[in-house]
Amino acid sequence: MTFVRPSFRHPSQPTNALGYTRKDYEGAISTLCAGCGHDSISNAIIQACFEIPLEPHKVVKMSGIGCSSKTPAYYLGRSHGFNSVHGRMPSIATGANMANRDLVYLGVSGDGDTASIGMGQFIHVLRRDLNLTYVVMNNGCYGLTKGQDSATADRGSKSKKGIPNPFESIDLCEMAIQLGAGFVARGFSGDKQQLVPLLKAALLHQGIALIDVISPCVTFNNTSGSTKSYQYVRDHIEATGTFDFIPLRQEIVVEYDEGATQAVTMHDGSVITLHKSVSGIDVTSRRHALDLLEAEREQGRLLTGILFLDPESEDTHAILKTSLTPLNQLSREDLCPGAAALDEVNGHFR
Amino acid sequence: MSRIEKINDFVVRFANVNGTGSASANNLFAMAIYRMGVPVTPKNIFPSNIQGLPTWYEVRVSGRGWLARRGGIDLTVAVNGQTLVQDYNEVLPGGYFLYDSTKRLPDDCRRDDLTIIAIPLTQLCNDAFTDPRLRQLLKNIIYIGALARLLAIDHAVLTAAISSQFAKKPQLAESNLLALEIGSTYVRDHFDGACGLRVEPLPARGETILMDGNSALALGAIYAGATVAGWYPITPSTTIVEAFERYANRYRIEPETGRKRFAVIQAEDELAAIGIAIGASWNGARGFTATSGPGLSLMAEFLGLAYYAEIPVVLMDVQRAGPSTGMPTRTQQSDILDAAYASHGDTRHVLLFPGDPKECFEMAVDAFDLADRLQTPIIVMSDLDLGMNDHLSAPLVWDDNRRYDRGKVLDAAALDALKTQWGRYLDVDGDAICYRTYPGTHPGKGAYFTRGTSHNEYSAYTEDNTIYRRGMERLARKWETAKRLMPAAQATIRDAAAAIGAVFYGTTTPAAAEAIDILAAEGLAINMLRLKAFPFGPEVAVFIDRHERILVIEQNRDGQMRLLLLNEGNFPPAKLQSVVNFDGLPITAATIVNQIRSLLSRPATAGDGNANRGERP
Repeated sequence: MTFVRPSFRHPSQPTNALGYTRKDYEGAISTLCAGCGHDSISNAIIQACFEIPLEPHKVVKMSGIGCSSKTPAYYLGRSHGFNSVHGRMPSIATGANMANRDLVYLGVSGDGDTASIGMGQFIHVLRRDLNLTYVVMNNGCYGLTKGQDSATADRGSKSKKGIPNPFESIDLCEMAIQLGAGFVARGFSGDKQQLVPLLKAALLHQGIALIDVISPCVTFNNTSGSTKSYQYVRDHIEATGTFDFIPLRQEIVVEYDEGATQAVTMHDGSVITLHKSVSGIDVTSRRHALDLLEAEREQGRLLTGILFLDPESEDTHAILKTSLTPLNQLSREDLCPGAAALDEVNGHFR
Repeated sequence: MSRIEKINDFVVRFANVNGTGSASANNLFAMAIYRMGVPVTPKNIFPSNIQGLPTWYEVRVSGRGWLARRGGIDLTVAVNGQTLVQDYNEVLPGGYFLYDSTKRLPDDCRRDDLTIIAIPLTQLCNDAFTDPRLRQLLKNIIYIGALARLLAIDHAVLTAAISSQFAKKPQLAESNLLALEIGSTYVRDHFDGACGLRVEPLPARGETILMDGNSALALGAIYAGATVAGWYPITPSTTIVEAFERYANRYRIEPETGRKRFAVIQAEDELAAIGIAIGASWNGARGFTATSGPGLSLMAEFLGLAYYAEIPVVLMDVQRAGPSTGMPTRTQQSDILDAAYASHGDTRHVLLFPGDPKECFEMAVDAFDLADRLQTPIIVMSDLDLGMNDHLSAPLVWDDNRRYDRGKVLDAAALDALKTQWGRYLDVDGDAICYRTYPGTHPGKGAYFTRGTSHNEYSAYTEDNTIYRRGMERLARKWETAKRLMPAAQATIRDAAAAIGAVFYGTTTPAAAEAIDILAAEGLAINMLRLKAFPFGPEVAVFIDRHERILVIEQNRDGQMRLLLLNEGNFPPAKLQSVVNFDGLPITAATIVNQIRSLLSRPATAGDGNANRGERP
């Protein structure tokens, strides 16, 4: 791969409603393996932020440790980022979000970072319903340490080492739905058409939004026996449907056949319209979503798209009833009770 | 038999069953003596249990103002059958034993050097009250009434305390006052003049409060403007965050909306608790966490990140007896080395050592300023004794003119005014502290990627050995800057010619001062140095160098502060000798006096530093 990206851009490249070009959302050059699924996800993130559009400096990107967690360096170069420690992105994101509720928080993690070392933090950030887009770049293996099976590797799946994984795999989407996450989706790094709108909807969702993105590891887990190879995923993918995400600010009028679509209005007024390909699906029913995931799994199919959406979910700030002014912008006068109040406190200890 | 006859100088111990409401009755006793102007030191010696196990409450009364635990019991109030015989045997010769005589004293209680005060507490209580739940609580008040009469405690002080405690529940106040009266009357009728111990009111010696250290730390966080607390419950630190939330709900509610100007997140574990505090501080709020030994161990990885990525964070460590789960409800100063060098790689952390509630408050506030100024973790080292027991202290003081020091932070205007390219880890001022930015500050400038991986001055990843080394050397220089900002150790030179100096810190202070006073009366002069912070300032070496022999007094087995001093300073190891107590109970002056006498009976020789570690000549 090339290590030099030309800085030249077409002079008439399009700008978004905020006046930014796509380049304003790019980051440093990737150092991941050529063909890595993660790079496609990085590109989808750039595209989603450009299209919504978000102000680049109002996005905070966070990660843990691993191949996936290196990616924040490769997108949103104008955003602050935090590459934390292994499996601990959710706690850093929680603290940061508590400090300033006005920014958009995008956390990326891997399957090792989330489903093993970070499992505790993962499930508890779901419970708290932190306003965070949580993207798992899921390749079923530990890339940086050369291809060990991860906890999301399917039983029987074979990585480059050729030994079938003997253990049960963890389905992060099913867990997330059970734990009350308000937005749960699955994507495939090879399907940008689907991934970009998923990201856009997730970024504007109030509360936790999990996107489990199957992202093949071209170096260690793209073999004929792997269930997370490009070929396998393409052969077994089943989408809940194609869908449009219409942010509040954009007036787009589209018509769909009656009965074949489901429109869900989100907190900020944005609308997700799902064109159902699986009949009878209701993405706002938790039980339904779990049934569907299990049914598809029995058929050996990987269900993608929006799996569950609770448009009424409340984020941590709403639950805690914190000030609408970001806590990091409160003044000393707002925070310090002063000498007279302290005298009163002293009085209670006499 | 010679009775102990003392005025304002004795120890009363209550032996109770935990979960029976004895704590509030016993507090009432201590508070009444405090309100008579007599210095008092209560120590709760409690089990890691909610109901049914033995718990003791020891109150030292000292007109001279000695605030350490004394050791030795002059009067025991025994209302726990499980420990009755043990409690009986532990009273000093000539002392007093008050017990519930509804049940007969066991046959093996045959001492002839005690005054036995037999009061049928259960019987008296059951005769007067019918509600079974209230009976349990009021039995405690009956013995307080009895004690008040025995010790000549001002009855009006007690009744006033009860009336104000139950101001909103007049019926309960009435029952409590009756219980008090029952105890008092019984003593008048059966044991008048039976006790040689007495409390006499003293004129007030300046303003004081009787407060626990954890409340003071919580108030410090409130006054410092901390807004985000990430925590995981662990004894003995739990009440810090609980008190923070309580005070925040009083002082931090937005008047117009009722919304909260703070966020308390009870995390899934200590790993997340400190992660939340770090994330908040990174994003420009003041974040903190509170924990104890096991939590500190778990937080080590994140402390290393905060050290290396230079993120402010305040950690309050309320130490308890280790190792491992150890004795969760007993005190020690045994996290010193763990805290000083927490995390892998070359790391070191700033520690503050408060000695009383006032200092807890001040050091908590300072910790937030220091964290922002130095962009590194600041660990406030309290302990269970300080945190959970009430201590006589000067009142907390706040100066309304005080401004927060948020350290080197660039806002949008400052970024625009920069003439050269900004780098997160560029040392432009020569003090090794760099300028940071908060997320969302500027549309085009000041963004960077915070990382625990090796980075250059612009926070980009690097494996260049020269750049890595340069960063590590700058952090070492920042440590030198930190030394200049620390509160200085407090030296007390009692005798300019003294050959011996004692070094101590935190809750060891009152016992050490008392011991040194006792030894001075015997003609042995010892100078004192109370450490307040790590890194040590130059005054520490000055003090150590001027003496021939240094006694490091602390509450852990291995003499951790002695080791820290040896590791950081250029001192001959044999010159620094350990005086330690590590049984989980607060150190006493007697323990210190005995160990010092024993140490001084031998010359200081190599390898004699800490006998408990197996260092022997």
